[in-house]
Amino acid sequence: MTNELHIVVCAGIAPDPLQTLEPVTGATGPGLKNEMMLPAILDPWAASALFEAANLASRFPGSKVWLVSLGPKAKLQQVMMTVAQKAIFELVPIDAPIGGFADAHATAGALADAIAALPGLDREKLLIFGGWESATRGAGVTLQLVGERLGITDQFQGVDQIDLHDDGSFEVLERVEGGKHQVSRCIGAPAVLGWATGNLAEPRNNPQTGMANMRTIMPALQKAKLATLTANGLHYSSVSLPKQQRTTRVVKDRSPDEIAAEIVAWIGAN
Amino acid sequence: MSASALTESTTMHTLPGDAVRQIQWRFAERFDLQMLVQSARGVARGTVAHMVAAGERNSHEWTPAKNEMLEAFDRAGLTGVFMEPVEGGFITGPKNLALSLTAFELAWVDGGAATASLAGFLALSPIHERGTPEQANHYMTLSAPPLPGENRKPWRGAFVLTEPIPYVGVDTGMLNGKVRIVEWKDGEEPWLQVEKRGRFITNIAFANFVTAAVASDDPQIKGSCVVILEKTDEGTFEPGTATKKLVHQLSSTGDPIFNLKVPASRIVGGYTVTDGVIIPNFNHGEIIEAVFRRTRVPIGLMTAAKLLSAVEPVIRYQRGRFRGAEGIRPGTVRFEQGIQQREDALHRLVDVWASGEAAASLGFAAARLFDELDPIEKQKTAILKRSGIEGGRAEMKALRDSEQRAIEMLDLNPNDPRRLELAADILVNYVVKDAIANVLCPATKLWNTGHGANMMREAVSLMGGYGITEDCPGFLASKWMDAQLEATYEGPEAVQRRQLTVTMTSQVFLAQLKAWTAQMRRIASTHANIGACTLASAMEMWMWTLRHLQNATDADGHKLYHGQRQGVTFPLADALCWLLASRCQILDVLELETHDGTNAVAAEELTGTVQFLSDLCHTQAAQAAGEVSRICAELVFGYNEHPAWDEQGRQNCFMQRELDEFEMTMAGIASIAVDVVDQSGSHPDKAGPCAGCAGSSEFLRLQNKLCSCLSGSRLAKDRAAETVSKVMIPEALDYPA
Repeated sequence: MTNELHIVVCAGIAPDPLQTLEPVTGATGPGLKNEMMLPAILDPWAASALFEAANLASRFPGSKVWLVSLGPKAKLQQVMMTVAQKAIFELVPIDAPIGGFADAHATAGALADAIAALPGLDREKLLIFGGWESATRGAGVTLQLVGERLGITDQFQGVDQIDLHDDGSFEVLERVEGGKHQVSRCIGAPAVLGWATGNLAEPRNNPQTGMANMRTIMPALQKAKLATLTANGLHYSSVSLPKQQRTTRVVKDRSPDEIAAEIVAWIGAN
Repeated sequence: MSASALTESTTMHTLPGDAVRQIQWRFAERFDLQMLVQSARGVARGTVAHMVAAGERNSHEWTPAKNEMLEAFDRAGLTGVFMEPVEGGFITGPKNLALSLTAFELAWVDGGAATASLAGFLALSPIHERGTPEQANHYMTLSAPPLPGENRKPWRGAFVLTEPIPYVGVDTGMLNGKVRIVEWKDGEEPWLQVEKRGRFITNIAFANFVTAAVASDDPQIKGSCVVILEKTDEGTFEPGTATKKLVHQLSSTGDPIFNLKVPASRIVGGYTVTDGVIIPNFNHGEIIEAVFRRTRVPIGLMTAAKLLSAVEPVIRYQRGRFRGAEGIRPGTVRFEQGIQQREDALHRLVDVWASGEAAASLGFAAARLFDELDPIEKQKTAILKRSGIEGGRAEMKALRDSEQRAIEMLDLNPNDPRRLELAADILVNYVVKDAIANVLCPATKLWNTGHGANMMREAVSLMGGYGITEDCPGFLASKWMDAQLEATYEGPEAVQRRQLTVTMTSQVFLAQLKAWTAQMRRIASTHANIGACTLASAMEMWMWTLRHLQNATDADGHKLYHGQRQGVTFPLADALCWLLASRCQILDVLELETHDGTNAVAAEELTGTVQFLSDLCHTQAAQAAGEVSRICAELVFGYNEHPAWDEQGRQNCFMQRELDEFEMTMAGIASIAVDVVDQSGSHPDKAGPCAGCAGSSEFLRLQNKLCSCLSGSRLAKDRAAETVSKVMIPEALDYPA
C-alpha cells in the first residue's frame, strides 16, 4: 500500500513580529495602523505546518501539498517571495482583507469552499494542516471550523509530531499541560491537524525551489477570486493592545542558561 | 491604548518597504529578483549579521566561521546569481541588476560579505565575458553551487590583477607578471610558465583557481593576456599572507605567489598561432575593461545600502536618547521624541537619507542600463561582423555615422517621427546607451563611494559616542570604515575621475545631457517642489562651464580643459556626478508616483511616501546645485589673475579727483564706486581692484538664476524633517548588532 498524501495547509499572513502595531478603526471595523505597508510573514504556526507538510510529502512519493491562504493578493505575493523558496507547494490564494479581525466562521467558510473546489483532491488521502494558534488576533477556532464544514471529525490540536504507518494509520503527539504530549492513534485520512511548532527548523531559502513554485504561484495570484467575509453579526466595541509594555530586544552572545536566568529574574521582579 | 480613527493623510507613516523599492528600482514585475532580494536578505541579516556580532571581523585570517558564509551564499543561490540556469543559476538574461541587488542587500549589514560575494563573480567574469565556450562551460559548471542533495564542493575563484609594491601596483596598463613558453612539441599544444605575484587579492585564501593578468616574457607570445591558473597545476600556488585590513574583514584578501606550468588552452579567450608566435585573442586590457565596467556599479550600491541602512538605527537612537533619565516620563515630548526635538538632528539625518536615496537611484539606474545594453551590444557586434568589421578601433570608426545620427535623435522632440525612426536603429540605440553607461558607471563608483563615505561619517556622528563603538546598532562605524575601501578598490577615485573626464565630453553624452536638462524643466512644470528646476539650472551651468573651459586659457595662456590638467577636469567630473545622482533620484520618485492607485500594497500611503521622497529630492537637488555652483565658479574665475594695484590695475579704478568732479554733475556716483585711488596713491585694503566680469557675465547670469532656483528647497527640508520626526519604525532592528 502507498501512503500518497494530499496535504492542504491553511495559512494566513501576519505583520512581521518586530513591527510596532497600533489598532485603528476604519470604515469596515478595526484594523492595524499602516498594516498594508508593514512587512508581513506567513503566520508562524501555520508556517510550521507548511514545513511539516512539505517534509511529510517528500517522504511519500506521489504526495502533493497545497497552501490555501486568505489575504490581499498583492500582500500574499510579497510573502510568497520568501515562503516559495522554502518548500514545494501549490498556492491557492483567496483575495480578502488582511488582519486578525475577520469573523472566524466567514474565514473558515472561504477556506473550506476553496479546499472543496481543489481539482484532483482525494478525500481519502486528505490531511488538513494549519496553525494551532496565530500571530494575529487569533480566534483559535478557524481550523476546527474548516474541518467541520468539510465533514472531517478527526481533529488534533497543538500537534508537534505525526508518524505515518504503512497501513495509512498515523500517530499524533498533541501538546498537553506540563510540557507533556498526548499520544493519539488515528486509522487514517482524512484528518485535521493544528500544528504547534513541530520539530523542524525553518528551511533555508532556495531560489531554485522558488522559481519552480513561481510557475504556478504567479498565475494563481492573477486568477485569485475576491472573497467577501461577512461579519455575521460580529461587532467590536473597542480594540486595544495588551497592557504589558513590549520591550523587544535582539540579543547576541547569550547562552540558554543566561537567557533563562534573565527571564526568571524578570518574572520575579514583576 | 484605544483605537484611533483612520484619517486621510499625505504624511509618510512607515519607512519605505519592499513594495515601494520594487517600484522605484523597477523590479516590481520581476519575481526572480524579488526572491533574490529575500534570499540575500536572509543571509545578510541572519548568517552575516551573527558573524559580525560575534566578532568575526576581528581577525584577518580566513576562519571556518567565515567559510560558513560562503556555504550560506551557495544554499541561498547567491553564488549562482550571475550564471545562466543551464550553468546552475536561476535568472535568465542580463544579471547586472541582480548582482547589484545582491550586493545592496549584503552590504546593508556588512560590506565585506558583499565583496566576498562579488569576488567570485569577478574571478569568473573574464571567462564569462571573453572565455572560449569550453572554458566558460568548464569553469561555470565547477563553480555552480551544489543542488539540494548533491554532495559536491563548488570551486571558488579569485581575480589576480594588482601586483605588489615596488612593482607596478594597480596600474592596469602595465604588468609585472610574466608568461613564457616552456614546452612546445610539434603538433601539440604549447605549455606555458606563468609567474605572477598578486597584491590585495580577494578570495585568495580558498581559491581553487585564479584568472591572472600577465605580460609576455617571450618573443613567441604577443602582448599580454589573462591566464587561468588552478591550485593543482604543477608548481607554486601560494595564497600568501593575509592582508591586515582594517575593513571588509569578512572577505579574504592576501598577497599570493604563483609560478605554474599550464597548457596554453588556459589563455582566456583562446589564441591563434601566426609564424610560430602565440597571439592571444584578447589582451588583458580588453578583458578587464569588460569585467570592471560591470562590477563597479554594485560596489557603488554597497555604499548606498549603508547610508539607507543607517536611517532606522539613527531614528531609534535619537528618539530614545533621553529615556531613562530622572523625570522623563512616557508620554512626554522628551521621552517620545528624544533628540529629535532638535532641528539640527533631523536636518542632518535628512541629508544622510537624501544622499542614500540619490546614491541608490544612480546605482540602480546604471545597473538597469547595463542590463539593457548587454543584448544591444551583442546585436551591435553581430551587425558589424556581418559587414566585416571586427575589433575595437574598426568598430569605433564604423560607429561614427551612428554617433551623428544619435546626436540628431537626441536633439529632436520626443514625438518627432524622425526621432522614432532613429530610435529603432540598433546601432544608434547602442551608441546612446553606451555613451550614458560610460558616464554612469564611473559616476556611480566615484560619487556613491566617495561622497557616501563622507555621509557615513555624518551618520556615525548622529549616534554620538555610541557610533564609534562595536555595540552601535547597525554596525555604523564599520560601515563608515568599509566605505573608504569601496572608494578605493576596483579603481580608486582618481581612476574614475580620469575616465569621466573623457566620457563626459563625448558629443553623444553632451547631447543627452542637454535633453535631460529639457526633461527636468518639463518635470518642473508639473512638479514644482521636487527640485527638477534647480537641477536643470545647475545642468545648464555645468554645460556652460565645460564649454568655457574647453576653449579658455589660464592667466599664463595655458589651455584649461586638458587631460593632464586634473585640477580642472576632475572637479568638473565630481560636479557632474552630483547632477546625475539627483536626476536619477527624481526619476525614481516619479516612477513611484505613476503607480499611485495601481499597487495594492503601496497604495495605502503612497501619496505620503511620494511627498516625503520628493522633499528629499528637492533637498538633494539643492545640495547638488550648490556643489556645482561652487565648483564651476572656482574653475571659471580661479584661473584668472587677480588684478593688482599696479599700473594696469589702476587703469580700471576711479581716481578720487575724477569722482569729485563727477559728483558735481551726477550726485551720488561716488557711493557706487568700489575701487578708488586718491592722489597720494592710497587705495582700499584688499588684494587689488575687483576683477571684472568681462567674458563671464553669462556665467554670472546663470549663477544668479541658480541661486533663485533654490527657493523652496529649505522648506522641503523642513517638511522632510517633520516626517522623520513622526515616521513609525519597527521596535527593534531586524538583525543583531
